[in-house]
Amino acid sequence: MAEFWDGGYAYYATALLLVIGLYAILVKRNLVKKLIGLNIVQAAIILMWVASATRPDATVPVLDTHGEQGKQVVDATDYLNPLPHTLMLTAIVVGVATTGVAFALLISIYRRYGTLDEAELLEQMRGEPQ
Amino acid sequence: MTPHLPLLIPLVLLVAALLAPLVGIVRYTWVYRLALVAVAVDAGVALWGLAEVVDGGTMTYRLAGWQPPIGIEFVLDPLSAFFSAVIATVALIVMVGARAMVVEELPRKEVPFFTTVLLMLAGFQGIVLTGDLFNLFVFLEIAALAGYALVAVGERASPLAAFRYLLVGATGASLYLLGLWFIYNLTGSLNMRDVAAILPGSWDNPALAIGLSLMIVGIGVKMALFPLHGWLPDAYTQAPSATTALMAPIGTKVGAYVLIRLLVFVFGGPLVTDELPVADVVMWLSAIGIIYGSILAIAQRELKRMLAYSSVAQVGYIGLGIGLANPVALIGAVLHVVNHAVMKGALFLVAGTMRARLGHSDIGRIDAAVTRKLPWTMAAFTVAALSMIGIPPTAGFFSKWYLTSGAVDRGLWIMVVVIMVSSLLNAVYFFRVLERGYLRHDDDESLDAVVRDEAPPAMLAPTIVLAVGILALGVFNAVLVNGVLDLIPPAGW
Amino acid sequence: MRSYYDDRIVALSARLVTPFIQLFALYVVFHGHYSPGGGFQGGAMLAASFLLIRLSIGTAAAQSQFQRSWGTPVSSIGALVFLGAGLIVMFFGFNFLDYAGLPLGLSDPELRNAGILAIELGVAVTVAATLTAIYDDLVGEPLGPLAGGLDEPTVVAEADQVEGPEWDVEFGNG
Repeated sequence: MAEFWDGGYAYYATALLLVIGLYAILVKRNLVKKLIGLNIVQAAIILMWVASATRPDATVPVLDTHGEQGKQVVDATDYLNPLPHTLMLTAIVVGVATTGVAFALLISIYRRYGTLDEAELLEQMRGEPQ
Repeated sequence: MTPHLPLLIPLVLLVAALLAPLVGIVRYTWVYRLALVAVAVDAGVALWGLAEVVDGGTMTYRLAGWQPPIGIEFVLDPLSAFFSAVIATVALIVMVGARAMVVEELPRKEVPFFTTVLLMLAGFQGIVLTGDLFNLFVFLEIAALAGYALVAVGERASPLAAFRYLLVGATGASLYLLGLWFIYNLTGSLNMRDVAAILPGSWDNPALAIGLSLMIVGIGVKMALFPLHGWLPDAYTQAPSATTALMAPIGTKVGAYVLIRLLVFVFGGPLVTDELPVADVVMWLSAIGIIYGSILAIAQRELKRMLAYSSVAQVGYIGLGIGLANPVALIGAVLHVVNHAVMKGALFLVAGTMRARLGHSDIGRIDAAVTRKLPWTMAAFTVAALSMIGIPPTAGFFSKWYLTSGAVDRGLWIMVVVIMVSSLLNAVYFFRVLERGYLRHDDDESLDAVVRDEAPPAMLAPTIVLAVGILALGVFNAVLVNGVLDLIPPAGW
Repeated sequence: MRSYYDDRIVALSARLVTPFIQLFALYVVFHGHYSPGGGFQGGAMLAASFLLIRLSIGTAAAQSQFQRSWGTPVSSIGALVFLGAGLIVMFFGFNFLDYAGLPLGLSDPELRNAGILAIELGVAVTVAATLTAIYDDLVGEPLGPLAGGLDEPTVVAEADQVEGPEWDVEFGNG
């Protein structure tokens, strides 16, 4: 049983987050809640990437050049894998930009229709001439 | 200059996109000229790149001088050179007419509109040229965000259509990122060529299947592959005509490019045909999408919406060509990319002209008076319609010919039936418009009294150029296929 | 209607804290090499300092800190700094963004250090301007009748007239 969780518990938690986010996008009627669901999905995926960057007994990937004098050889396995962190920085920025655009769209929708409930919006949209 | 070509193609558009707001502060009429010049320069560079690649083979460019797989590289091989040339050229032709449409439908919003258009085109070129899987995601999101903004500035329900597009598109991109996670953890690299080299050792790993499926689903959203196409009709219908004319010819094709790149080059032929039935799934979904799109297009009453469903069907042809998994079908798919770009560009420009001159684009209100008012526009529509149906010597016939050959090579006669039936369905909905336009008029109004009110030259010229292009692509398709497209399928496909 | 910005304690605290936030933001940008940090993080904190003033004292007063009309142009300039650093090296024969080609007379690792710092500064400026512009476009208030040609946002309605969806927060109730 321990092997099931050992080292992998982060992935189960983020998988749960992913499913919660997808549920919100699909099931919730309010558009803001759908947007929150999208954010949760993005956060879950980012966390999966970041969680996969760890190594046992590793430390932050900052090269300590002012530390021990005369330490010439750097062992790469002492440090975490910094690549997923860098990639996820970009992914976070992308998520922020997406959320910004989404909020602008939501404000525009609210101005035109007065509601943010998807069922009412679809009714109003279908009632309009094409 | 020449070794920097793979970089310059997206960079020109990106620099222009960043300069546009600054120029707009000085004098906002200059922004359109900046955009037009930038796209023209980009088209020139892209065609130059295509010529270089056809002569000299694949070019790669290491960003910042770091060697892959550590660094990001841009790859200009026949596939990406062809796609980037198509994107830039079609965008240039449509951009000539875009200003008239923007002035008509989005007054005083030229500066943000053209800035966003340049960003979107820069994103498309970046997608096509990058050789790194994560860089692909970044450019995918750049283009997508610009697309959401461009769709949202139309009338009525366009913010809602844009929001639904955003939800689906962002979720799709996130799923692509998740699939990439599996591939990265399997191979330790993000470079396309590197992954292609390392993957064959781990074909039995279930993570590979999961990663591949997630990436395909993510790209399928962008490409509007059958069950993931739901965002397209509303987005294309509600968006302003200038946006649709720019997005429809090239947006989904870029998704198709990514699909080709992933299935054919990164994951490789034997994996997607023999080990995992990915190519077959893509093929069947595309076939269903073709029939579904064509049938629903018949049911539409408004021209833009009809063309949107027709786009779903046409992307199905491209997916069918990819899924058939043989070189002839792949050539058919890529040929259909350029054909459809030109055809849909012309068709959406016609729709834009109708909106500008008549104030509507309802099919039920088209009659011979409309044709009297817009004779050249309707002529262009006719050429494009014949090509969509697939009548020689227009371009559409030849791409369907290659697709059918590919299906016959594999013995899949049902796909031949699908292509034939869908051509008949295309005929139904296009002939309906043509019949109304040429043969129907109210007898109580004399046709001679109708004044000719043709589109402004800035909009008419691109429409005519694209229509002529359809005929040219049809007549000279052998040159294109033998010169460029034959270089595309790799050895193992 | 009572103005939202009458509270002097909030205003004073915000004005006291803002310079320290900005200083820390600059620290984060410059230390992107050696510790967690870099362009985006520092830019977000810089934007936070701008938004703090906008939220606590009001957009009109915040114009002396970062004007509304600066948002998009400044973000373009920041991104152009990034691309400029990459393009300069192309004139010296190196690939795009290969900082070893920068025309400063330093050794190779130091040149790359300088190049990364240049682009991080560009990114920080762009991010700060963009986040502030997002706030201004979504939530920002009209600057008054003498705003000088800026596009005024349309207020949806007076707060007490619209039946908001359930996420509407009641302001000014105490």
